Order: sequence, then structure tokens, then C-alpha cells
Amino acid sequence: MTEEGRGMAIAAELERRLQAAFAPVALDIRDDSERHRGHPGHREGGGTHFVVRIVSEAFRGLSRIERERRVMATVADLLEKPVHALQVIARTPEEVR
Amino acid sequence: MSNPVFERIRRQIESDDVVLYMKGTPVFPQCGFSAGVVQVLSRLGVQFRSYNVLEDMELRQGLKEFANWPTFPQLYVKGELVGGFDIVREMYESGELQQLLREKGIAFSEAA
Repeated sequence: MTEEGRGMAIAAELERRLQAAFAPVALDIRDDSERHRGHPGHREGGGTHFVVRIVSEAFRGLSRIERERRVMATVADLLEKPVHALQVIARTPEEVR
Repeated sequence: MSNPVFERIRRQIESDDVVLYMKGTPVFPQCGFSAGVVQVLSRLGVQFRSYNVLEDMELRQGLKEFANWPTFPQLYVKGELVGGFDIVREMYESGELQQLLREKGIAFSEAA
């Protein structure tokens, strides 16, 4: 697999898992690896850092920290260095209205 | 919950209303994210206790497990983890942080 292909494959798997776990009404996954050039974990071709914007009823009543924990738990094994590899913006439909 | 450091953490976050586990100190932060949370708290005029995790590896490792949260800073209000810098900044800008402090009965400057 090419390096670009690897990044795209990870993004597709992120999307599949998040769809299955949270049934989001909106989901946007962006490969943010370029912005982390030179940081630990960065590799040529992307697929190391992602920004996830997710809107789901499943977050209702949960604190920010609990939403991020749940998203992380769903996808952590896909990420090589999960600590800084995923930025999560999790909202309920009401909060983005 | 057999890890002895958890007991120490629990005592710390129950002894003060607002506790910040950070890299460095409020006067000499050693990480931009830690400095950012100190800045938000200072702007709000909130009194807080800070602990420098760079000086205490046992505390640093213990907190990651205790909180199920892998990074620092970690801000606790009334014994509960609120978040790191991204969450604290967003909550400050949206007014949620001020609302949380109000609900928990913690004094801060409403003008901020």
C-alpha cells in the first residue's frame, strides 16, 4: 500500500467505527498530519493525526471529557500514538443548531 | 483502585475546589497548554492549587490511569476532571466554564 493509501484506509476505518458506535447526524474526518510535521509520530504521507468533528444524540448529557473518552475508546487501537493523534470535537445536534 | 497513588490523588482533588495538574508551575509553566489553562484561571480570578507533574513521575503516571485521560494539563473542579487545555478554552469562550463554577459555588470574577 502507498503511504497515501494507508492514511486513507485509516480514515475510512475511523469513519466506519464512528458511524457504527454513535450513529452521527454529521461526521467529518480530516487528516491533519501535515500540521504536525516534525512532531513525534508524524510520518510522510499522512494517516498519523486526525481531526474528528462528530454530531450525535449519543453525547447528550455527557461532559466534554466523557465524550472524548468514548470516541477515543472506539478508535484508539487504530492510532499509533493516540495521545496527540486525534483531536475530537463532539457535539449534540442541539449544540450545533 | 488498588494503586496507592490513587488515594493521594483523591485526597488532593478533595482538599481544594480547583486543582490543576500541570507541567511546571503557574509562574514558570513548561508547556504551552499548561500555561493556557493557568491564563484562563487567572483571567477568571479563580483560586486554584497546582501540582507539577514533571517533578513527580509516580503522580504523573497515576493520574493518567486515575483519570483515564492520557495528557496534561488536567483541571479538576470539586473532584471531577473538567478537561485539558482544548476543553477548558472552549468552555471558557462559550461561557460553560463560568456556568460550571457558578453551579459548584466557586468564586470567580464575573467581569472576565
